[in-house]
Amino acid sequence: MVNNTEAVALPTETLSTTPTVKDPHKLEKFQKRERAHNLIEKTLAQSFIWIVLILMYIPIMVLIAFSFTSATNIGTWTGFTWQLYGDLFNDAEIMTALGNTIIIAVVSSIISVVLGTSGAIGAFYSKKAVREVIENVTQIPVVNAEIVIAMSLTVMFVFCGSYLFGGTNIFSFWTLLIGHVILSLPFVYLSVKPKLQQMDPALYEAALDLGCNQSQALRKAVIPEIMPGIASGFLLSITLSLDDFIVTAFTRGAGLLSGDKTIETLSTLVQAKIKKGPVPPAMRALTTVIFLFVLSLVIGVTIYRNVKSKQRKVRKGRGN
Amino acid sequence: MSSSNLRLPNQEEVHKNLPAKAEGRKAKRFFSFKRRYMAFPYSIFLLLFVIFPIFIIVVYAFTETTESGSLVFSFNALVGFFTTPTKLNVLIVSLFIGILNTLICLVIGYPVAYFLASKKYNTNTILVMLFVMPMWINFVLRTGATRDVLSWMGVNGGNHPYLATMIGLVYNYLPFTILPLYTTMLKLDKSQIEAASDLGANRFQTFIKSIVPQSVPGIVSAAEMVFMPTMSTYVVSDTLSEGKITLFGNIIYLNFSQSQWNEGSFMALIMLILVAVSLFATRKFQKDDSRKGGALW
Repeated sequence: MVNNTEAVALPTETLSTTPTVKDPHKLEKFQKRERAHNLIEKTLAQSFIWIVLILMYIPIMVLIAFSFTSATNIGTWTGFTWQLYGDLFNDAEIMTALGNTIIIAVVSSIISVVLGTSGAIGAFYSKKAVREVIENVTQIPVVNAEIVIAMSLTVMFVFCGSYLFGGTNIFSFWTLLIGHVILSLPFVYLSVKPKLQQMDPALYEAALDLGCNQSQALRKAVIPEIMPGIASGFLLSITLSLDDFIVTAFTRGAGLLSGDKTIETLSTLVQAKIKKGPVPPAMRALTTVIFLFVLSLVIGVTIYRNVKSKQRKVRKGRGN
Repeated sequence: MSSSNLRLPNQEEVHKNLPAKAEGRKAKRFFSFKRRYMAFPYSIFLLLFVIFPIFIIVVYAFTETTESGSLVFSFNALVGFFTTPTKLNVLIVSLFIGILNTLICLVIGYPVAYFLASKKYNTNTILVMLFVMPMWINFVLRTGATRDVLSWMGVNGGNHPYLATMIGLVYNYLPFTILPLYTTMLKLDKSQIEAASDLGANRFQTFIKSIVPQSVPGIVSAAEMVFMPTMSTYVVSDTLSEGKITLFGNIIYLNFSQSQWNEGSFMALIMLILVAVSLFATRKFQKDDSRKGGALW
């Protein structure tokens, strides 16, 4: 018995890096040094994070700062003014592009969500071989370079236009829409899939037993269960569509708010402008507006999440 | 009581026991809905707009458009690519810039992700959001801003095309590096790290032998998200180098704007092969498919 405890105690004493309690003075000194060490490390880590963050935000911040002066180039300050904000909302070109961008983002995301969700549900209940084929094809647009997606779609539209539609130009809002749907569709599928896997498989059967027909069971039991996945798929689609340049530039045609002219979205309009010269002054005001919008969204989401997780903790506490 | 008595009847049994009337009604319906049919529209869409376009670019890559407008088989695009030094040069420059950008992004992004994910250094979750936030501001606008600020500071495409392009690329892809690394770092096995230091490893050894091996999946998916998009970027290199640096994306865009469908298809095909190769090379590192913003929302 005694031998045993000794055998256990011995290795801990030799391995431990902290001094034993036998020497309280030494222990205190060690702890103090350790604390100082941690503090220095934390400060260094924090300053590294902040330096990278500040460097990352310099371009945006400079644009925002110079949105309050009306000089053509950044770097020259001609006095504080709100003029650019007035210009921004009177600029027909920018407003048209903004409208186009939002319409395309919303429409393409809705289509992606409907197609992607039903695809994920269908594939989930399909045979394994079928599901695997669908999933492998779904991965293609995810890993593929955007420019290859754009080029392949464009060449296909050219091919269809010249051989199936008798040499007409089929580029329009619809081809653009197809491009944006393809861009975001796999991400809807991939965000719905895990929710289906987490779902209780008995739920659907239970709904059927309780008198639902199949579509009711899907609508009332399955869809609410996978709603978080659908929502995140939708938000991801919106983000991808808003930010897209390449697919838009390749697959667009005339239409939408641009009328008879080629559709301009924010990305293509800004690209056309910055190819010729500096970011146009009104766009600096636009940057501020977008930045504030995104910032308030981020802060809102963070607060919402914190409140929610606190509520969950409180509920858990009560349960115990 | 044996457990088999408690077993719920499975679907076939239920159907067998159903009254004949119900079965008759079921048989009368010409089309009966099954859940798996819901994958039909999705599959058809993918077939039409993912598989078919790839087939078409393969066809275009190995054909030539004659004056009458028909396609005839030809190796012109292939021969043109391998005999034109400028095109081969584009491939080499793209690979070089792609690798360099991936390395720089990892070197900056890795410690940032590590510090952000470790409770010891950072407890502020809004900081993580701040790092991802630039992703939601239009990237063409950000690229323009970067160029304007750089040229204000005296670095422009005219005098330092490579420097300007590299800065622009790092700015653009850093958030995409930090995100997958951060999600991997959150899942690090803390007890293994503690065990390493308890067993006598110093901080550096702990880092090399425990933290880095554990974060390999994050490193791989971060690299995947930077390397290929960098090679095929168009806007960043075109804007920041003022057209002086031609990457794969630029040359495909040029083909597109001049309606050279056969050459463009061949370039796209090469890009596609590169994607497939890099995917194959990194396949064994991919444990989960939390790629490209999967953890964003």
